[in-house]
Amino acid sequence: MSKYILEMNNITKEFPGVKALSDVNFKVEKGEIHCLIGENGAGKSTLMKVLSGVYPYGTYKGDIVFEGKVQQFNEINDSVRAGIGIIYQELALFPDLTVYENIFAGNEIKKGPFVDWNETVVQATRMLKKVKLNVTPETLIKDLGVGKQQLVEIAKALSKDVKLLILDEPTAALNENDSENLLDLLKELKSQGISCIMISHKLKEVISIADKATVLRDGKTICTLDARKGEITESIIIKNMVGREIEDIYPKRPDKKIGETVLKLTDWSAYDTQLGREVAKNINLEVKKGEIVGIAGLMGSGRTELALSIFGNPKNYKLNGELEVHGEKKNFKHTSDAIKAGIAYVTEDRKGDGLFLIQDIKINVSAAHMKGISKKGILNLNEEVKVGTDYKKSLNIKASSLEQVVGKLSGGNQQKVSLGKWLFTGPRILILDEPTRGIDVGAKFEIYTIMNELIKEGLSIIMISSELGEIMGMSDRIYVMAEGAVRGELAIEETTQETIMELATQ
Amino acid sequence: MNLFTEAKSIIKLNIRDYGMYIALIVIMLTFTIMTDGLFISSRNISNLLDSAGYIAVLAVGMTLVIVIRHIDLSVGFVAGFLGAVAAIFMTQLGFSIWITIPVILLFGIIIGCFNGFLIAQLGIPAFVATLASMLIFRGALLNITEDTGTIIINNDQFNAIGNGFIPSLMVVNGLHLLSLLVGVAAILLYIYSEISTRKNKMTYGFDVMSSGIFLIKLLLVSLVIAYITWILAGYNGFSWTMIIMLMVVVIYHFLTTKTVLGRNIYAVGSNPEAAHLSGINVKKITYIVFGSMGMLAALSGLLFTARLQSATTTAGTLFELDAIAAAYVGGVSSAGGVGRVTGAIIGAVVMACLSSGMNLLGTGISYQYMIRGGVLAAAVIFDVMTRRQRA
Repeated sequence: MSKYILEMNNITKEFPGVKALSDVNFKVEKGEIHCLIGENGAGKSTLMKVLSGVYPYGTYKGDIVFEGKVQQFNEINDSVRAGIGIIYQELALFPDLTVYENIFAGNEIKKGPFVDWNETVVQATRMLKKVKLNVTPETLIKDLGVGKQQLVEIAKALSKDVKLLILDEPTAALNENDSENLLDLLKELKSQGISCIMISHKLKEVISIADKATVLRDGKTICTLDARKGEITESIIIKNMVGREIEDIYPKRPDKKIGETVLKLTDWSAYDTQLGREVAKNINLEVKKGEIVGIAGLMGSGRTELALSIFGNPKNYKLNGELEVHGEKKNFKHTSDAIKAGIAYVTEDRKGDGLFLIQDIKINVSAAHMKGISKKGILNLNEEVKVGTDYKKSLNIKASSLEQVVGKLSGGNQQKVSLGKWLFTGPRILILDEPTRGIDVGAKFEIYTIMNELIKEGLSIIMISSELGEIMGMSDRIYVMAEGAVRGELAIEETTQETIMELATQ
Repeated sequence: MNLFTEAKSIIKLNIRDYGMYIALIVIMLTFTIMTDGLFISSRNISNLLDSAGYIAVLAVGMTLVIVIRHIDLSVGFVAGFLGAVAAIFMTQLGFSIWITIPVILLFGIIIGCFNGFLIAQLGIPAFVATLASMLIFRGALLNITEDTGTIIINNDQFNAIGNGFIPSLMVVNGLHLLSLLVGVAAILLYIYSEISTRKNKMTYGFDVMSSGIFLIKLLLVSLVIAYITWILAGYNGFSWTMIIMLMVVVIYHFLTTKTVLGRNIYAVGSNPEAAHLSGINVKKITYIVFGSMGMLAALSGLLFTARLQSATTTAGTLFELDAIAAAYVGGVSSAGGVGRVTGAIIGAVVMACLSSGMNLLGTGISYQYMIRGGVLAAAVIFDVMTRRQRA
């Protein structure tokens, strides 16, 4: 028997137009905790989806060897049966069911055709003891905190006789105490011979717990570090995570003409009543006329929430603090107020909440500024066509006609439509949330060029991005966020990828 | 591009919109042949359109409700209830129709806004909220008609809404002159609006249909209007119900295609989150759409009550489902953001044609339901197939 419980050999996974994984090798020994590290979009989640059978056998190239046998997982249940348990960042529990029902959901203990509830409770109690969770099995999931829910998830995996446990950023939503408990539990499970793969952005955690760490970057394995050889240190990991030359895809910035402050946040906080936690904490931030302010940070660091809290607060957070736009204190009641004040927000998820996919290009472009194509509420459809044509030309949107349905355009062209829609509102402050996610290099360059033109015209841009290259290539000033708070403000001259990563992974 | 290929490409691009017109023509031709022309007789067409009226106005409102991804189950009994209230106003309180009608329409708006409140403000699913209203207004209808039973209305002015025809002025060769004039006016208005749209487009320098196709289109539509007018003028002319229906269509068609409000409604239906982020007040739109639904329910109640010349204890039963069926036959999509007011009317007329045609043929009521169900299913299947082609 080999010493590896899992070997993933030469895994290549392609999506239309993108190579998400190319020739990835990843090996996990029996009874070790192996961390998987990489920037957003490096391919970590894709790799885990290949492993767990979300992407079935045949849709990728390469071998998965689990416990010495080549495996062909056609669906998630196959990998579960083999002994692989995966716990996603977004917990997959039923909030209105009890702990014991959740632990055995989909894996019910039966007596004949019926569920044996008594045995279920007995087994659930045993599992809870194993994960050191001190609640009664009858507790409802929604009455538990996130940390305890996480433990229920692990108990659920253990009940299926798991040999390899995969955790996708398990501590992202946890506080210090809960995180520590969880990490202790993982060590405990390790001593019982359960191997564990943990995806994490928090380097301190990785350093404290990992036996090995594999770094992925741009869909490739960069290296596997070994704690026994003293290789798992912050500087080595960061170097391997970012170690790419900033490609020369950023157009030269025009001469800066930075003017007065146009947007200012003072002790700004946002509390999400649905999640029951603060998504933005005590933020002080300033944006000046004619500058691009980058907001760096990892996914879930609260950047989008911050943007929404400024942009008319559509999620109804409880807000605290002061927002000043062009020197005036503002209290936006609706997104339309923010738009009137000259703010535009190009969303991160253009398909989800950015565009009207079933409508055509011209309707999308005019959607946020209907006043521009109407008089007293009556539309001028010809004016709309004219506006659409203008933006199609100036933003170089490639489509057969203005009547083309936006859902059928490529990502880059969709992003340009989205941008066009907001430029038509005539904004003074433009918030771009991941402006180049999922679009090709050519379109990226075009968008960067447009951004430079806009600041030359005196607009201010707030750019939220997870891509370090983009942040450093485009911004004049950078705020780094983590866990809802601003961890640092950097002038572009003093910024390196390493300093950003350090602040973001604190 | 020659005329034929241009026509072909236009039809192909708009097959979804033309589908129901084609279906309507096929159904009408089939019944005409099967009944030896009885179906297309002046009297039958006139009756058929009148009988479609109270469902058609509901279907228009329902289309908008479905466009914003909701549903309204309460409209049937709201119509029944408000019809009965109207009857009480006129018979027991002695109000004239000039007071009764506006007040009833206002009541409808209030009831619709109440549904809107439950849905937009409290976030209750439309299905449940309007199911509750349906039960409430069913009870309310029974309650106010309990003592009297059926309320007979003797107000001729009011009953004319459901049974009367516009004055004929003069009968020429058995044709009603005023109705003919209305038809001619409609044709002229249509031609004028098409030509001015085209001119306007040309001043902007946009592509327009070639003049050949444009002429053919003008001619075809004018012929259809002329033919319908000619048929109707041969019986009693246009009825008040038809005029009201036409007005509802024209107003709602204008609202949905030519105004910011209409655009906002479709935006909310296409993607509510994106609409909100685009500065559109989703709650307000929900209120407006349900308010308009309530008003049209009231109008439907008035039409139905006038048609029966009385308010009954069971008025409004299953109207909501007929209206929903008509809206779906007319091409509205439950995924939201798609559906036309004109489609809703055509849908209602298709359903009325089926009833009328099958009645003429003496088809048993049991088969009638099955066939209507089949047509509804076919319409939705057609919708799903053409959408798959587009997306």
